[in-house]
Parts: sequence; C-alpha cells; structure tokens
Amino acid sequence: QRMACGDVYSQRDPMLKKRDDFEDVLEERRNSSDLRYALRCYTPVLYKGVPPCKSSMLKSMVLQSDQLHYVISQVSKETGRKTDEVQEEASAILDEMAHCQQLSTVRFFAFTLSKVFKSLFRSICVNEEGIQRLQQAIQEHPVVLLPSHRSYMDFLLMSYLLYTYDLTLPVIAAGMDFMGMKFVGEMLRMSGAFFIRRSFGGDKLYWAVFSEYVKTMLKNGFAPVEFFLEGTRSRTSKSLTPKLGLLNIAMDPFLKGEVFDVSVVPVSISYERILEETLYARELLGIPKPKESTSGLFKARKVLSEDYGSIHVYFGQPVSVRSLAEGRVNRRQFNLVPRHIPGKPGEDIHSFVNDSAYKLVRAQEENMVLKPWVLLASLLLQNQAAGPKEGLPLDELTAQAVWLRDLSRQYGAFLHWPDQMTPSEVVSSSLSLHRGLVRICEGKVQLAVEQGLAATPEEKLLNQAVIVLSCASYRNQALHVFLRPALLASAIHTASSTQKRKTHTHTHTHTHTHRFFHTLLCAPQDFEEASYLLVKTGAVQVSQQEVVVTEGGHRTLAFLIAMLDPFLQGYQVRVGCVTRVVYRRVVVCTLIS
Amino acid sequence: MNAAMASNSSGGGSDRQRIAQQRLRIIAGHLRRPVDVDSTILAAECKAQDSKTDVSSEGKTVPRRRQEIMKWNGWGYSDTKFLFNKKGQAEFTGKRYKLSGMIMPALKDWLEDTFGTNLQHKSPATPILTSSAVQPPTLNEAFVEELKSTGIPFSHDAEDRVFRAHGHCLHEIFALREGKVGRVPDLVVWPNCHNDVVRIVELACKHNVCLIPYGGGTSVSSGLECPPEETRSIVSLDTSQMSRILWIDEKNLTAHMEAGIVGQDLERLLNESGYCTGHEPDSMEFSSLGGWVATRASGMKKNIYGNIEDLVIRVKMVTPQGVIEKSCLGPRMSTGPDIHHFIMGSEGTLGVVTEVTMKIRPMPEYQKYGSVVFPNFEQGVACLREVAKQRCAPASIRLMDNEQFKFGHALKPQVSSMFTSFLDGLKTFYITKFKGFDPNCLCVATLLFEGHREKVLQHEKQVYDIAAQFGGLAAGEDNGQRGYMLTFVIAYLRDLGMDYYVIGESFETSVPWDRVLDICRNVKLRIIQECKDKGVQFQPLASCRATQTYDSGACVYFYFAFNYRGLSDPVHVFEEVEHAAREEILANGGSLSHHHGVGKLRKEWMREAVSNVGMGMLKSVKDYVDPNNIFGNRNLL
Repeated sequence: QRMACGDVYSQRDPMLKKRDDFEDVLEERRNSSDLRYALRCYTPVLYKGVPPCKSSMLKSMVLQSDQLHYVISQVSKETGRKTDEVQEEASAILDEMAHCQQLSTVRFFAFTLSKVFKSLFRSICVNEEGIQRLQQAIQEHPVVLLPSHRSYMDFLLMSYLLYTYDLTLPVIAAGMDFMGMKFVGEMLRMSGAFFIRRSFGGDKLYWAVFSEYVKTMLKNGFAPVEFFLEGTRSRTSKSLTPKLGLLNIAMDPFLKGEVFDVSVVPVSISYERILEETLYARELLGIPKPKESTSGLFKARKVLSEDYGSIHVYFGQPVSVRSLAEGRVNRRQFNLVPRHIPGKPGEDIHSFVNDSAYKLVRAQEENMVLKPWVLLASLLLQNQAAGPKEGLPLDELTAQAVWLRDLSRQYGAFLHWPDQMTPSEVVSSSLSLHRGLVRICEGKVQLAVEQGLAATPEEKLLNQAVIVLSCASYRNQALHVFLRPALLASAIHTASSTQKRKTHTHTHTHTHTHRFFHTLLCAPQDFEEASYLLVKTGAVQVSQQEVVVTEGGHRTLAFLIAMLDPFLQGYQVRVGCVTRVVYRRVVVCTLIS
Repeated sequence: MNAAMASNSSGGGSDRQRIAQQRLRIIAGHLRRPVDVDSTILAAECKAQDSKTDVSSEGKTVPRRRQEIMKWNGWGYSDTKFLFNKKGQAEFTGKRYKLSGMIMPALKDWLEDTFGTNLQHKSPATPILTSSAVQPPTLNEAFVEELKSTGIPFSHDAEDRVFRAHGHCLHEIFALREGKVGRVPDLVVWPNCHNDVVRIVELACKHNVCLIPYGGGTSVSSGLECPPEETRSIVSLDTSQMSRILWIDEKNLTAHMEAGIVGQDLERLLNESGYCTGHEPDSMEFSSLGGWVATRASGMKKNIYGNIEDLVIRVKMVTPQGVIEKSCLGPRMSTGPDIHHFIMGSEGTLGVVTEVTMKIRPMPEYQKYGSVVFPNFEQGVACLREVAKQRCAPASIRLMDNEQFKFGHALKPQVSSMFTSFLDGLKTFYITKFKGFDPNCLCVATLLFEGHREKVLQHEKQVYDIAAQFGGLAAGEDNGQRGYMLTFVIAYLRDLGMDYYVIGESFETSVPWDRVLDICRNVKLRIIQECKDKGVQFQPLASCRATQTYDSGACVYFYFAFNYRGLSDPVHVFEEVEHAAREEILANGGSLSHHHGVGKLRKEWMREAVSNVGMGMLKSVKDYVDPNNIFGNRNLL
C-alpha cells in the first residue's frame, strides 16, 4: 500500500487524486465519559512486537553506543579534557534532552484535552483510513511522523489522536523554549516530548548525543519519532524551508543498512481558525513573540471561550524512504568506513534529503483541507488591493466564491465546502466565524481594517496591518493550489508585455527571499503541470505557434496573477528570475509545438 | 554426500588404519560400483605423465558418459531423488546417502505450509531429451581431422553436448526440464593427461576454435553457459578422465593430482593412504580440483585446512601462450605478485588447469559433531563472532536461521521407536517451555570438531562455554550431523520443489562482522518485498545461514524459493528477484561472491567490485595470455 516515490508528487491531473473520508473524533467525546476514555485500556500495536523502552534504558543504550564513545574520545583528545568529564557532559545533555513518557501523564492530557477541544472546536475530523495505514506501517517499519506545523496545538493534538486510535504514542522533537515553561515543560516531557536546542552548530558532542538518541529510538522501533519538517510554526501559513538535519538523521539508519526501511508519514493538520492568528501577525510585524511561559499560558485562557471552527487532520500515505532512495543514492558508499564514525553527508546525500523534504512538504500541502474562508480571504484581499475601499457586495462575493470554488477544485484543491448548505449560507457562516477580521456594512463585505479604537495613528496602522496579515495568512493556505498555474500566468503576462518594454533588471534584494520556499519551480514537471491545468480549464489554448488566452481565461489569469502579486512585490528577485525561466519555456514550448 | 560427514562420529580409537577402513566403507556407499583400489594410485605413482592405461570409465566415479549415472535435467545421481510415494509421504530414493530409502513424514506439510503447494498441482519435467531439440554441431573440420589423429577421444553426440552446456543455475535447470536447449558445445573432448591438453589447446589456437573447460559441471554462476553470440565451433574440454593422484609426498605432506579428480575421489584415495586434503566444498561429490582452483573455492572445514588458495602449492595451467607454472615447491615465495592468483579465479578464461600440487594432512584421529540452540539469530551471530575473535572456531561452525531450523525438522526421517519420539518431545519441551525459547525465533548452530581426541573434547568445551554466554544450549550430536547431511541433500530437494511449482536458489556473500545481522535481515526482506512487487502469489521462503567465520567477517548463504503458480514467466521473475537480492547484498557491504565466482551471472557488477584499474589489469592479462579469446566462455570480464 506504500507508494513509490513518484507518487509523492500529485499525479498529472490533481482532480483524479483520491482522498479518504473524515470522521469526527469529538462526536464520541461529546456522548461518553471523558474520564472513562482517559482511563481506558491502552494496548497499541507494536513494531515487530518490540515493547516500548523505559527512558532509563534508552539513555544507557545511547550512552553505551559506539557512536557516542567515538565522539567522546575524539572530543577528549581535541580539548584535552578527561574522557569521564566529557562522558558526564554527554550524560547531562541527554538528561536535558530525553523524554520520559508516562502513561499516567498521557491519560491526564487525554482527559484535559478532551475538555479543551470540545469547548474550542466544533469538530476534529480525521481520515480513519489514514489511521489504518499508519497502524500497518507501525507494525512493519520504524515510523517518522511529519505533521504540518501551524499551531502550538499540533503536537498535543497528534498525541491525542494516536492515543484515541490506540496507536503507539510518538516521541516528539520539541524546541527548548517549551522547557522553559515550569511544570508544563515537564508535563510535555512526560507525554513524550524531547527537547533540542535551537542551535548547536559546532557542538560535536551535542550533535552526537542528539542524533544517536533519535536513531536509537528509530532503529529499535521503540516508538514513532515525530518532528516538524518546517522546524518551527509557520507564521504565514506558507510552507517554510524544511529543516534537513532531523530528516537526515531519520534517514540515516536506512542509508546505512541498519533498518530495512523507514516509513515517513506526512500529516496535514488544517485549522479553520488558527488559535494564534493575530499573535503571528504581530510577530511578523516585529513585535517579539511572548516567551513561552506557564503564566502566559494561563493568561491565554480567554481563547477558550471562542469558537475556532473545525480541525481536519489527514494522515497521508506512508512514504518509504527506501523507494525515495531507489536509484538516487548509492548506499555502497557507507560500506568502507565503520558506521559509528560520524561523517559529513556528501553532496548526493544532501541533495537527496533536500529533495525528499520538498516532496514530503508537498505531500503535506496536498492534503491540507481548505475551508471556504480561505477562498473568501483571497477574494477580499484582492479586492482590497484593487483600490475601492467600500467592499464587495455580499452576493457578488458569494458568486465569486462559487466561481473560485469550482476553479480550485479543478486545480485539485482539497476543499471542504459543505455542499448541503446554499452558497450564501456557507459564506455567511464563514464570515461570522472570522468576524474579527471582516466587517459587513450595508451589505458590503470588507476587511475590518477600520475597526477598533486606536489611541494613536501608529497603533491604528498596526491594527490594520495585523488584520491584513492575518487574512493573508489564510489566503496563503491556498497558495500551493494556484502557485504553478499562477507562475505560468505571470510568465504569459510578462511575455505579452515584454515586447513593448524591456525592463527586467532588478537590483532590489530582499532578506526574506530565502524563505520563499518553492525553489523547485523551474523543474520541468512543474511547468508541465501548470500548462496542463491552464489548458484543461480552458484558460489558455496552445496552438501551433503560440499560447493564446481564451475569452473566459482572462478572469482566471487575472485572479492567478493577483494571487501572486504580493509575492512578486515581496520577492521580486526570485520570482522575476523564476518567471523568466518559465517564460523561456513558454517560448521554447511554442517553438517546439 | 561427503566422506567425512557420513563417517560415524564415535570413532575414538587412535588406530588410523581402522578409521580409514571405516571411512572407506561409508564412502563405498556413494559409488555405483566397487572401486578397484590399487590400480589408480599405483599406476600413477610409477608413470606419472606417460600412463595412458585407464581411458575407459571403469573404476571411475565419473564416466565419460555422465548420463550413465547422472540426471540430465536435475541434480546428482539418477537413482537418487525425493518423491511423494503412493501414501503421499516424502521419500528419498536410492542407497547412496544416509537418508536414502527413508520416509520424511513432515516434509509434505512443510512444503504445503511454506509454499502453499498442493500435491495435486504438479509441474513435471520433460522426461527425455529429444535430440531434435539440440542444434546440429558446427564442426571445424580441420580441427576435428587433426584431433582424430591424436587419438584423444571426442564426441558430438547430442546428449554428451547438452550435458556440458550448463551448470546448476535455476534458469539452466528450468529450461532443461522444459526440454529447451540453447547454444551447446559442438564437440566434447576427453583429454587423459596434461600433454593431451597441451595438444588440444595448440590445435584450438591453430584452427581458431573456442574452448570451454568443463570439470564437475556444478557451476552456479552461468559459468558453463555457451555464449550465444559465439560463432566459432565450441569445444568442451572435459577434464573428468584426468583424475589420478600422481604422487604423495609424506615427508612434505603434499600430493600431486590431475585436475579432473572430483572431491569425493580425492578424499577417498588419499584416505586409503591415511591422508586427506580437508577441502570439502558442499559440491565435493561432483566438483573437481581444477574447478576449485579456477573459481577460488572454499571448503566447509577451512578453519583447519584453509581455502583453496591456502592449500595449493603449485599449479600447472595450459594457456594459448604455453604452460604457466612455478619452478619449485617452496612453501611461500616473494617473487612479485603471486602468479597463482592469476590462475585462481580465472574461471576458465585463461586456460585449463591440468595438475595441482596440494597440501595434505594426516586423517584426523577423532571427529565429533555438535549443535547449539540459541534463543534467536542475533545471539547466534554474537556467539560466532566471539568464537572467531578468540580464534577457536571448530573445523566447521554454521548458524542456521529459524526458517532453516524448521526446514531441518521437516527432513527428519520417520523415527522407528516410541522411545526416540518420546525423547524428541522431551527435548522440545525442555527448550521451548522450560527455557522459554520461542520456536519461531530460535536458531541452531551446527559444529564439527576434528583432531586429537583430548584436544577435540577440550575444544568442544571451550566452544560450548562461549555459546552458553550467549544463551546457547547444547543440542546434541545428532542435530549437528543432520545439519551437515542436509547440505548434500538440499540440492536434490530443489528438483522435488520444481515438480510442484516451486523454484529456488541459494547464493552467497562475505561480509564484515558488524554487518552480518543487517545484511541477513535486509536481504531476506528485500526478497519478500520484490516477490510481492513482481506479482508472486505466495509468500516466498527467504532464509539464510552463516557458514564460515573469519577474523574480520563471515560467509553468509541465502536460500530463496517461491511457488510460481500464476506467473507467466517465472524464470524472469526469479532472475529479477535474485538480481535485486544481489543489489541489496552489495548495498549492505557484502561481496559480489565468497566462493561461487562471477561467471556470467554477476559480471555486470565486476567493474564496480574491483575498480576500473583492477578491471584493466585483468583485461591486460587476458589480452596477453589469450589474445584470440580461445578460452571464450566470456566469464568474469
């Protein structure tokens, strides 16, 4: 059932993609006792029947490993410190890092989170077929769970779901910031989190302890290892450049033949309304992130009283690292040096891990459920940018939303549009859930930028920006659906305008350029996919000589270009260069055909 | 079945003569007719090169017409095979082996459970070779004329040619069972001595004929397959009639033999004089001394006696450029790269090995089998590693995985007495219930000790003590002996499987100690996964064992078989899976081959195995020695 690496990408026609149905896990929680649920018999299936490992056992396995011994003696030689001393440091690092999962704590969370989730969310929908696939994968191979990361909630939610479905609880790589939270840090540790420093670039010993810790858990199949490929929560809902370190470590046991295979399971968690929506926007504007603290957590209690809609969690197809590596990596290179000697991964391994990471992020994105609000936010932002400030009439917004719904479905978006409701019901229910961000005035809808009583003009401006950025963050959830066709649309647009003027020397640089993650866009399959979609939806026609925009296609193209517009401004250099490449392809393609 | 294995382990006396007698008696069981003992050795000793007496097949294990005693489309002797009798019980026919004539009640269930076979679904072989299936020979008339004048016997009979066109790879046997015959040699010649070979090679060079040396025909690397693209006349040079021991030197403990002698004859004849070589590859009933040299063979008891490269003192090989040999019998020399290493492993691409001087040893005073049960394969490997570390490996030590352990059980013959069956039950109870071994995890190591009685007993204790540290329990001599016996019987079993839609093969590698477990697990899983991916309808058997220990690693054997019902091209699927398994071996740090050789089956990986320069070196040797590719079997390079 595991898919080959080629299938990690969408098939050529995303419409054909088959997705599972969802079940709401909260439904049962609303109808039966949370306490009984928290105390019920928990007997997960195990990898090859390997029972979970006591944390003290795990620690001693790590400390006694050849890998760590080697690095310890290396460090001691280099620094002139005694081996015992270095050994103790390693042991201290491990104590700081290691999880100590306890079922009692898990049960406590199961109980509390049931209460919290029920009050925050209307439903938590999970694809149960994905759960079954995961269960199968856990029995066969060591598993790495890769959830998308949009909220603090993610990893608690993940553990909660695995507990609910009687699956082995994961151990989770968490940032050290959490450990700073008194008591809560320890609670998280006892629920299965282990803590890693945000940066430890040159620290050989730290790296050795850390990688050996992760590999020991994986190799022995004690528990699924969970981490966030994006490393940190995405504040803008765009996927961030994947952090490769952990993925590299997770793939290492396979590459070195220590396990037959590793299953990587991308998990897409989509929130209808993100708990931290305005917080993120403020952070983006340079207001420092509040330090994770227990008191802060309690202050955040007020979020409990609000309605955050529903959550969709999609457990994707397990991806076999073995099939990802098939034909890409020559594993024989690892046979000539003892495996306990750490070595820098070569160029080929680096690019393999990198490509795999992008594939996995794409697999995550593809199964992100989009809510109608995402489409509304896109439309409202475009309208806002276009100029007139009085907003869109509600019925026009509804009509546009229906048009966009159909377009995005054709592009393969995983849209959760309640078909049993009329479009206007859907729109007004969405708007009411996000009433903090929109305003309806005299039947016209616009972003709530004028809202609030601001003391100073600066604060007023800030509030406006927060609203816009929050909406943009929702719009970005749909970005991956439109990105490829949008780039092609821009290229077509550029192609028709460059005949008049030739100005494409951009000297402007942007510090955020590197965060714009889709560097793969120049890949031929992306171009093909984009042109296929545009042609299929009738937006353009490719004739013998040229690419022609059809009558009805102008609307689509205008929308797509506007979708990309904020990024063209933000990332002129990168996108300019990408569109030129795509533009060249259009020309080449035209010439060939 | 080899001599040492069949011998009774209880021979404890120091009387060498008595042991020799005893061994002889057992060996006699392998042979079709009684042997005229004194003629061969003595004649050879007096008149080494010139003796031309014994040209007929009389008194030889391997006659010129192999078809008289051997199967044309399966393994081994015609009179020996597994079959299901009228009662549906598995039976091993013939009289040659210890298992011969016995009934194995558990085999049927094992086959059904392991492969999903059904006695109703048979896939019988074509019974007779039809000569029309064989292409008429392409003869080089001038060569044949001159050959006639030398008096060296030859034949272009279809059966003779087909016999020499294959080894024992699965695809070769499968094709024969279907009555399909590809390119075969056009002529078979039987030289009788070194000088005959010199003459044949000269003639072949003169008339540009392709020569393919043939020893025992046990190749499992497609080494004997005739290259289909070869347009010249192909002559199979069968060394089987060059099988004399020319002299034995008791002062230096060496013996000089013709290279066509097969393993069982070599041991038998040396045993008569109280000696042995101790070289016992699993194929020793049929494989020849020349073949061992040409493929770098390895024997089961190499821990005491060494592999072929440790045993050989001097080799004579006839090449198109003349004869290559060393000028003395010194035990070691520093005279540049050892020219023997161009010969050993040359796989018939450079010339024909005609004579070999080899180390011999006095026959061991005492032999004892043994076995140890481990709770799991991991513990067993750890024990073998420790034994190797302490350099106290017995003559042979092999570790079978759980699947092979079960397979061994399936081959247990019917027990005659209630008592034995009660005892077996008790043992099983002790190991699984009392000691808590999981019958689906436990594995068994088989041991063979050889030497002076006291030392053997001491050695045995040392090994069992180490085993105990890894949770091993001594499991008796019988289990050990049966384990070794299976080695010789398993090849016959493949033919039975093929009667019921099961095809299989074994292949080997060598690997550093730290990767033994990883390679065993990964290769087995790869086989299972590939079978599934390739549409095999039934769960395959993937099993392995560690058969040799070295200071820095081990030799690992894999067994793989599956039920091919429902597949349109089973051999193709089989080859794809085998190919994938070899890829997996290489990816996990295993060698391309430990002792089977490269042949044509593994040629594609050769360059990577030895590097470009290494390949160039070998090619330049070939270019010098055989510029016209007279030895054109196209193995190796």
